Order: sequence, then C-alpha cells, then structure tokens
Amino acid sequence: MIVLDRIVRSRTAAALAAPHSVDHYLSRINPMWAAHEVRARVVDVRRETSTPGAPVATLTLQPTATWRGHRAGQYVQVGLDVPGAARRMTRCFSISSAASRPGEQITLTVRSHAEGQVSRRLVDAEPGRVLHLSQAQGDFTLPISPATPGIDPLLFITGGSGITPAMSMVRTLLRDGYSGRAGRPVTFLHHARSPEDQIYADELARIAADDNDVTVHLRHGDAVFNELELRRLVPRFRDTDTWACGPAGMIDLVRAAYAGSPRLRLELFKPPVSTGPTSGGISAEGDLVLAASDLQVANSGAPILEQAEALGLTPEFGCRMGICFSCTTRKAEGTVRNVLSGVESSLPDEDIQICVSAPVGDCVVDL
Amino acid sequence: MTTTHQRLTPDQLEAFGKEMDDLRQRILADLGEDDAAYIRGIVKRQQQMEVLGRALYYLPPAWPLAVAALSVSKILENMEIGHNVMHGQYDWMGDPHLSSRVYEWDNVCPSEQWKYSHNYIHHTFTNILGKDRDIGYGILRMDEDQEWHPYYLGNPVYALLLMVFFEWGVAMHDLEIENIVKGTRSMQDNKALHAGIMRKVRRQALKDYVLFPALTGPLFPLTFLGNATANLVRNVWAFNIIFCGHFPAGAETFSQEECEDESRGHWYHRQVLGSANIAGGRLFHIMSGNLSHQIEHHLFPDLPARRYPEIAPEVREICERYGMAYTTGPLRTQLWSVAKKICRLALPGRTSTPEPAAARPLAA
Repeated sequence: MIVLDRIVRSRTAAALAAPHSVDHYLSRINPMWAAHEVRARVVDVRRETSTPGAPVATLTLQPTATWRGHRAGQYVQVGLDVPGAARRMTRCFSISSAASRPGEQITLTVRSHAEGQVSRRLVDAEPGRVLHLSQAQGDFTLPISPATPGIDPLLFITGGSGITPAMSMVRTLLRDGYSGRAGRPVTFLHHARSPEDQIYADELARIAADDNDVTVHLRHGDAVFNELELRRLVPRFRDTDTWACGPAGMIDLVRAAYAGSPRLRLELFKPPVSTGPTSGGISAEGDLVLAASDLQVANSGAPILEQAEALGLTPEFGCRMGICFSCTTRKAEGTVRNVLSGVESSLPDEDIQICVSAPVGDCVVDL
Repeated sequence: MTTTHQRLTPDQLEAFGKEMDDLRQRILADLGEDDAAYIRGIVKRQQQMEVLGRALYYLPPAWPLAVAALSVSKILENMEIGHNVMHGQYDWMGDPHLSSRVYEWDNVCPSEQWKYSHNYIHHTFTNILGKDRDIGYGILRMDEDQEWHPYYLGNPVYALLLMVFFEWGVAMHDLEIENIVKGTRSMQDNKALHAGIMRKVRRQALKDYVLFPALTGPLFPLTFLGNATANLVRNVWAFNIIFCGHFPAGAETFSQEECEDESRGHWYHRQVLGSANIAGGRLFHIMSGNLSHQIEHHLFPDLPARRYPEIAPEVREICERYGMAYTTGPLRTQLWSVAKKICRLALPGRTSTPEPAAARPLAA
C-alpha cells in the first residue's frame, strides 16, 4: 500500500497523467482515492438546532488519506458540486472537532442561511455525499496543550457560529487530558440569539458541570458583549490569552475593550452577503478595499482595475474589455456589477475580471 | 486589403454591437448543466482515447491503431479542451480542473505564455497588421500589406515547416525572434520566457519520448516513433484548422490607424471580417475544437465552444442584415485558398488581382 501510495504521488505519475492530474484519474475509479487533493465523504449529519430560517447541523466527514490533519481553531475550504447548475461553490468553514491527525474524521458545524448556497445544502446533505476540501488553513489556533508548562488562564469569547473554532480548542484540551488539576482556569463566554439557538447546549452543560476548571458563561437574547461584564468575569482580561470569534459587530466591541493588547487573537466570520435590489445604474457607494496593498478608497463606481490604477497600483491586465481573463482577481467579499452585462454577483471568494467589474457598495479584492 | 471592407456608420456599428451583446448575454444566462456535461464528456472521451492509445502500444500489430487513438486524444485535448478551457469558457463552473488559471495543456507552449499571446494579443488585436502576431507568426507573409522581401520567396517552405513543427512554432511565437533580428527586442527580454518554455519542453519530452516509451520496455523505439507521429498528426491538423480560420480569401486585415479608439461594435465588426468559418459535420466541429466556427469564437471567445454551432445561423443572419461578409466554406476550399495565398505572396508586387464577382465578397 505504501509503495502504491509513493507511486501515485510521484512526479513520474504526474508527468504521465498530464495534462490531467493523477487525482482526476483516481477519482474516476473511486471518489475517495486521492494522491494530492483532499476530498471527504459525509458520514453523518446531525441537527444541532432547528432555528426557523437558520437551522444548524454538525457534519461528520471522513477525509481521504491525503488529509494532513488540523490544529484546533483552523478552517477548511469546502467545495460543493451544486447539482443542476453544474457549478462548484467553495466556502470556508471552521472545524469544530478536536485537533485531528492525518486521515482522521473531522466535524463541521454549519448554520444554514436562506442565501447561503453552500451552507443550505450542507445542512441538508445526505450521508455518502463527497465534498472537496482544502488542507486545514488559518493561524487562529491554540498553541497550548495540557503538556504546555505554565498556569496562565485562557479565555474564549464567541458569538453565534463563531463558537466552532473555540469549541475545537476546548475539545482538544479536554480530550488531551486537561483537567481541574492543571491549575489553569479556562473561561468560555458565548453569545447566542436564544437558548433554542444554542449550539452544543448539552455538551457545554456537561463541560460546565465537570470538574475541569472550565467555566462556561452563556449569554442569550439581546445581551451583546460588554466590557464591564468581561471585567467582572476575568478582571485581568487584557493580560489573558484570548481567542475571540464572531460576527463583525461583536469583534469590534471586543477589539475596543482590549485596546490593542497583544494577547487578543481575532477571527471574523463573514456573514452572508445580502444582494440588494439591482439598481442598474452606476453605484458609487461604499468603499473599495484592496486587501493585499492595504488600501481603502471610496468607491467611484468605475471598474476595479481603473480604481486600482488611480491609486498607483499596476494590476496585471490585457484586453480591458472582458475577453482575455488576464486581469482575473479574487474578490473576497462584496458585490460587483459586470459593466457589460449589468449582472451583479455577490458570492464570497469569487474570481472576477476586474477590467469589467465595478463595485456595488463595499467590496474587498485581493489586489 | 485594408480598405475593401464596407464601412458601417457609427450608429450602425453601435446597433450591431448591441445585437451581439444581447446574443452573448442570452447564452451566458443559459449556461448550465448541459455545457458542464458536454465538456466533462469530452474530457472523458479524450482520456479513454489516450489510455487506449498508450495501452495498444503493447500489441505491436496494433501500432497504427495506437497512433490513431493517441492522435485523436491529442487533437481533442489541444483544441476542444485546452484551447477552450484556457479561454475561460468553463471558469464559471468553479472546477479547478477546468479553470483557465490552472489548466496546463499537452503542448510545448506553456499555458501562461499562450494565454498572453493568444487570449490577449491575438483576440484583442485580431488581424491588425503590426499588432496581431498571428498573421504569419512572424515567419510568413500572409498579407499583401506585409512588405515583400527576398526572404519571403521561401514562403511555401516556411509554411510547410511551420505545419510540421507547429507546436514548436507556437512555443517560439512569444519570443518574437523576428523582432530580435530587427533589433527592436533584446535577448534579455526573452530570458524569463525562455526558461518557462524550456521547463515545459522538458516535461513534454520526458512524457512522450522517455517515460511512456520506457514503460513499453523492448518496444521503446516503436512507442517513441508512435508518440512522435501522434504529435505530428496534431501539428498538421491544428495548423490547417487555424490557418483556415483567418487566412482564406474573404478574411480581411486592418491597419492600426483604423482601429484606434474603436468602439465595442467596431471590435465585433472587425472580428467578423477578420475570421472565416469552415463548414462540416458535427464530428468535424468537435475535432476542430469548434474553431471551425472561427467567427463565432472571435465574437465570443469566452462562451463555451459547443454553443458556436447553435448561434451561428443567428450570427450570420445579423451580419448579412448589416451587409457584412460572413466567410465560410468547406475545408478543402478553404485549404486551397490558403495554400494559394501562401504561394502567391511568396512573390513580390502583384497587387490585388480583381477576381470575378462571387456570391460572397472576396477581398483577395
């Protein structure tokens, strides 16, 4: 088996399979055979909450042997072949299970959104379905294990679906032997819309009850994050290693409370982008963010290429009329309008031709 | 030749451009499962042919069959898959395997360089003398407005050589050797390109001339020869399809001046006049990567090629309504026309010979 594995991963095999990939041939024989790519079979789908309009489910995935494992807090890109439309859509999801080793099962906890083309389908996925995965990514991780010396306390502040990476961290700590004898208190402060909408409610109750030095504080309803409360729970929070993950509004409040403390690690998850009514005309609202250059400018309504050039950038381009694809760039978020067709698209992490795409409202591109 | 085409008024050009934009929009909105199933089906068929061809080498009496299967596979791969995928025709599917940014075709020309010289230069400046380097590939005299030089006496020989070594010609194309000879480009400009080409050449040679022959053990020489033959077959086929796309009588060239600040309608107009279709059956269209519908391809290079036959009657009707020539003909007619042109332009001087008025306006 190891010999076979070596062979399919070799450069010789890649040369022989060209112009296609070895993976392309392997997946024709068995969708779970892979040499480089990662795919995963849905093993189980369990409803966490049945919140109307936004139910949450936990998917257990069996990745291919190519999966290199993940550190607690990391995320994966999940590619789903959308039936009917023949499109593959890719979105990022935090892994909610404890740190995994190569080839081990992982879980994703996904909240369905009416507009979320991928999340909606994942929550209703049938076991047996095969998904495309990336390797685990991201630096929002827990570098500490029960074996790490020290008695510094740990703090997790999460909101809504932002609980998933923190859950992975706490599960990892507890699985690896973290206990009340470690002398390192862990505080878990989570905000959810309602008790019915609380993900992992049973498990969190169990964690809170066990003798493990983990304190769980759940806040429901209108109780947003507030600094005074945090100060009461963890008086020296600015000097406490903290992982915060949640929607933008919560993250802004947490960031302000920490006043630049290096102990704070943040992960923002993208809420679904709602597509407003198609205006048709030129929209000069919002800001254009050129993420790779760390620039932000008021959107002029012109194609992104022109706006970037006006800022002194020199993105690659060719025909400047939408035919040659030389200027294709990843749009991280926001809505763009194709100036030729007038069609708007709001998919996150989408490749767009910047010579013919104008932002509609706020827009973030990798330039 | 640059002045023979009928001029449309700016208003007419705009109306024509609008009709083309609408047509394009209609097809874009309709893209879906059928298009995805089609290209995946072609890839599957191509892979089957490739596996069949490579496997038949183990049966020496089946050698001709092996070469035939491999040739078909290579033609499908370069024309219906590689060329079209690299145009971004299937980028909307979100499948990395069929993405223009990822796909690396079975050809010694690196995809990255091909996309620049073909998708950008050739498709943007189609048939503009001095800008579109696909006119004669810097080697041939394919237009009367290219100044004659005794070098061009060898035109038919160069064409024959380019045909036999077409993929190499395509790879060298970006190095702009003719401009280095002229002194307008330095060797330094080519350094990065050169490295890319050599990397790709090594990979291609390793596959077809070392690894696969070695896998057949004592049959090494036969397999080697078979792979070389399949590459030759594809070279000859691709050269002929491509030369019939822009150079038969009827396809026009343009001067840089008349294309300055052109409108979108003007650009569409130029694509129609500068291209020529080849009539044929369904299988022929597939084997040419639907480049037999060169006019539709040049109007809409990023629409999946299987749509070209479908929209061709409508494109033709619109063009005729605007009094524009829509050049088309069977393969043998177009080949003959191109061959005649290559030979005639080897000689100096002769300005356009008035040809008898035909059903279609001829620009030759």
